[in-house]
Amino acid sequence: MMWFAVLAGAAGCYALKYVGSIIPAHILEQPIVKRIVLLLPISLLSALVAVQTFATSQSLTLDARVPALAAATVALRFKTPFILVVLIAAVTAAALRYFGLAA
Amino acid sequence: MNTTQTEWNLARRQIVGNAASIGFAVAMYGVSFGALGTTAGLSIPQTMALSLLMFTGASQFTLVSTLASGGTALTAVIASWLMGTRNAAYSMRMTPILKTSGPGRLVAVQLTIDESTAMGLAQDEEAFEGRASRLAFWATGLSVYLLWNLATFIGAVSVSAIGDPKSFGLDAAIAAGLFALVWPQIKSRTDLSVAFGGALIALALTPVVPPGVPVLAAAIVAIIVGWVTGRKLS
Repeated sequence: MMWFAVLAGAAGCYALKYVGSIIPAHILEQPIVKRIVLLLPISLLSALVAVQTFATSQSLTLDARVPALAAATVALRFKTPFILVVLIAAVTAAALRYFGLAA
Repeated sequence: MNTTQTEWNLARRQIVGNAASIGFAVAMYGVSFGALGTTAGLSIPQTMALSLLMFTGASQFTLVSTLASGGTALTAVIASWLMGTRNAAYSMRMTPILKTSGPGRLVAVQLTIDESTAMGLAQDEEAFEGRASRLAFWATGLSVYLLWNLATFIGAVSVSAIGDPKSFGLDAAIAAGLFALVWPQIKSRTDLSVAFGGALIALALTPVVPPGVPVLAAAIVAIIVGWVTGRKLS
């Protein structure tokens, strides 16, 4: 199943890149299409952030990930480089768990 | 040696230098992606296959984090496709500039991502008969491809070596990494409403539908808002 996801995902993403090189320009130039293509990553990534932070399988939970994301938010506000934002979140969650302060 | 040649040599050096530094910056994401891939339950070859074959970061992150949260392979695949739609727009924009055909076109298509397109379009299209735009695209695309895959491997191998990912806070690192990807994309009030709308729909649906589906449902927000705001423009 994992190989199916990897290969089907990759094939589709390549196809999307290829399609752009052959379809007539005016289709993707339409304002509605342009807006949707621009907004899709924003809605999907935000949904992923929410699920990765608050969901455990099908239940909503509050655990060490929430303060970790808060710490990451502060880091992002100060324009911290990507790798540091990720490290700050990991260290926050790991420390809270190590000291038994959060699940 | 004439002036144009000297100018081109200078421009060329600058473009290649910029391409290399973008590659190194992107490698930071690559390490995180490799780590996330193996944390999500993919093997090292599967994680590598994504970086080699899919080669579009946001789609790769989407696919593995959907799998990590218990989503089915199908929902993960569809989510990665939706995330990859913007690459179609990129290659449409780049194709007339690159003037490629045959195998060259097939390689250029694979290298068409955020960074290579942005660098290609950042050059004056007329400069040096289009050579500056083409060099910027190819140099950035190749440098990112090389370093992204190298970094993925380093990340994947180092996580396989450690034990329980949760005790290292890797689940929180995934959330923060995704957050850092979307953060710079939010440039207006509309973008912000789409971000909150997507997040809220996903959370509201989490208890009632299978994992993975809530994230796909969030695409509806982008489609509705894109439709309404796009229609005002047309």
